[in-house]
Amino acid sequence: MRALTSLILAFLLFHAVPTHAVQPDEILPDAALEQRARELSRELRCMVCQNQSIDDSDAPLARDLRLLVRERLKAGDSNKQVLDFLTARYGDFVLLKPPLNMRTALLWSLPAGILVVGGVVLFIAIRRRRGQGSESTPQGIPLTAAEQARIDRLLDADPRTRS
Amino acid sequence: MIAEIGHYALVLALALALIQATLPMIGARIGDRALMAISEPVAVVQFLFVALSFAALTALYVTSDFSVANVFENSHSQKPLIYKISGVWGNHEGSMLLWALILAIFGAMVAIFGTNLPASLRANVLGVQSWIAAAFQLFILATSNPFARLAQAPFEGRDLNPILQDVGLAVHPPLLYLGYVGFSISFSFAVAALIEGRIDAAWARWVRPWTLAAWMFLTLGIAMGSYWAYYELGWGGWWFWDPVENASLMPWIAGTALLHSAVVMEKRNALKVWTILLAILAFSLSLLGTFLVRSGVLTSVHTFASDPSRGVFILAILVFFIGGSLALFAWRAPALKQGGLFAPISREGALVFNNLFLTTACATVLVGTLYPLALEGLTGDKISVGAPFFNATFGPLFLPLMIAMPFGPLLAWKRGDLLGAAQRLMAAFGIALIAMAATFAIAQGGPVLAPFLIGIAFFAMAGALTDLAERTLLFRQPLSVSLRRFVGLPRSTIGTAIAHFGIGICLLGVAAEANYGAERILAMKPGQTVSLRGYDLTFNDLLSRNGPNYRELLAQFTVKSDGETIGTLEPSKRTFPARNSATTEAALLTRGVSQLYLSLGDVGTDGSIAVRIYYKPLVLLIWLGPVIMVLGGGMSLSDRRLRVGAPGRAKKSALQPAE
Repeated sequence: MRALTSLILAFLLFHAVPTHAVQPDEILPDAALEQRARELSRELRCMVCQNQSIDDSDAPLARDLRLLVRERLKAGDSNKQVLDFLTARYGDFVLLKPPLNMRTALLWSLPAGILVVGGVVLFIAIRRRRGQGSESTPQGIPLTAAEQARIDRLLDADPRTRS
Repeated sequence: MIAEIGHYALVLALALALIQATLPMIGARIGDRALMAISEPVAVVQFLFVALSFAALTALYVTSDFSVANVFENSHSQKPLIYKISGVWGNHEGSMLLWALILAIFGAMVAIFGTNLPASLRANVLGVQSWIAAAFQLFILATSNPFARLAQAPFEGRDLNPILQDVGLAVHPPLLYLGYVGFSISFSFAVAALIEGRIDAAWARWVRPWTLAAWMFLTLGIAMGSYWAYYELGWGGWWFWDPVENASLMPWIAGTALLHSAVVMEKRNALKVWTILLAILAFSLSLLGTFLVRSGVLTSVHTFASDPSRGVFILAILVFFIGGSLALFAWRAPALKQGGLFAPISREGALVFNNLFLTTACATVLVGTLYPLALEGLTGDKISVGAPFFNATFGPLFLPLMIAMPFGPLLAWKRGDLLGAAQRLMAAFGIALIAMAATFAIAQGGPVLAPFLIGIAFFAMAGALTDLAERTLLFRQPLSVSLRRFVGLPRSTIGTAIAHFGIGICLLGVAAEANYGAERILAMKPGQTVSLRGYDLTFNDLLSRNGPNYRELLAQFTVKSDGETIGTLEPSKRTFPARNSATTEAALLTRGVSQLYLSLGDVGTDGSIAVRIYYKPLVLLIWLGPVIMVLGGGMSLSDRRLRVGAPGRAKKSALQPAE
């Protein structure tokens, strides 16, 4: 509940009167362009909100940004140009998916890093432990000549294995 | 008077917690049975006092005693009774008291049901449990007293935040806390094992049922919270990768990993050190979540610094328990003997694979949640890590897990036959291909990745059933034989299959909702009709009416499909005068497991109203999946066959049969 309560409290703080995120009057007549606008909106942070995209947010600032995105798209910007424009204006903070750079190298590399390092360590550990283990198990110790001779005798004596 | 009784009961509980945290552990150290035996009655009485304290606060809420600050700030005399009760935990102080209550419940349960535990282990477990209880009770008394009085009692309360006036609040927090706090038992067992320096398969058998029960509650709690957000917040989202959500997801992932590694430990006496570490981590992440949410550090590093009393206290608790337990781990774990050897391709290997991916996923969420805070704290640079980041990293980690999942139960212990398992999964693979092809055909284009997700979901579901089919020799023997074999299967095996099936169901819902939904946003006037995915929605009328403690603006819609009326939708906007705030109540129409979702926006000057309409295909599967997973957990928990030697009641173990 702490999860939800706080989430909700945060919403309440910033949006005393819930309205809707994207308003009907914002929607572009061109469906393809509108689709791109929605996709971009999901990547952009409403900077006065807690962890909300401008697509979800009811804050006036989010609305301004949504309109701005649509304006740039109408002017013929590519998706990347729109994001660059907004980043130049508001910094990386506006991007919900942080760009890969020196400051975020650790963030982006950790998941793959943990997986690879963890996998290698585990694989080596399992192999090594098996290696150690086999020395102490009967299978790992070579038979002595006497044992081998006894096995041969037994096998010979058994009619099912006699060739 | 009631408030004072509640307050005093909590003080007494703290005193008992301190006794329970010290004497039995000393007893365990010097081998004094009398001292060790103290822990059981004290744990029960401590629970009774915390329960009395909680009952007192509840009584204050029910009687609307506004002389108590907490009641004044969060309640209202006109509020429906259920929200008066759920309002007890709809605020910081009350929710911490609920946390303490659940901690005490678990402590008392170990005392009552743990009679089969070795005396010293039980004393240590209850001792550690009581350290946690004491810390939180002290926190409540020192910084978050819910019983503080106001000098002059106001006539009316400020009311509970309207968004929280929902059945969701009545159910979600207790479930979530049962999960969070339930992991404290695994934690206490782990620390007790480290203190004793002894750990074996029996330990895993004692811990598994507690972990499983906590995991079930947490699963339900998270799913419930997600559904609540879905219908209450008004734009149909169900997961936002918000830090507070991540705070509940992390213990869940760690707990899931713990459940699986404990299987290996119990069956094969391997992965001991790792299992202990996971038990510590699962609860540490619960504590971290508490800190993140309660300290205000999430809003901004600066908010935290400006009012640090609560935050610093929880941080101290966090450092003490996480730091202390990890230090103990580093000190004692190397002495624990490793057992059970296995080949990389084996049941154990599959469970290790599961743990590797789950741990990495958990670390990804952790890093993504804390990175912006750390970066801002260290360099002052502000970045955002939001849903697009988590979707890009978490997804690729979870999908291999889903693909590997059906293989696990089909592999033998010690050394498995991957090719054989793959052959037995051919049918499941075929079903997945058909589902994928059908999705491609029906969607005709659409998102490229979505059919693959749906294929993986079907593979997981069919794979889970394959395990059962294999064990019952389905289609290879007469049906009666299969049925008899099915009845004879260990319940834990059936539980595993059900839970794995549930995950597949959930993924199917997620994939369909995210990729094949439809949406219309428009301004509508009464009399107007709009179509979406074959449904015609007619806006009949806009009217206002009064609720118990709110006024609402209600829009009435009729929904038709092929000319036939199939239902009405009545979304509304409520205003609560006590708080001068408002909520949007979405209206849902369920068709099978899909839903039509309708919510209202602003009223325009021309008498029109902004409307958002969504068609959400298979959306209910997102929450049905977790419910099925919990059923699987319950099935596994009810397995009696493997309870031998385990303490009473719901003690049971093993998602897998011993073969």
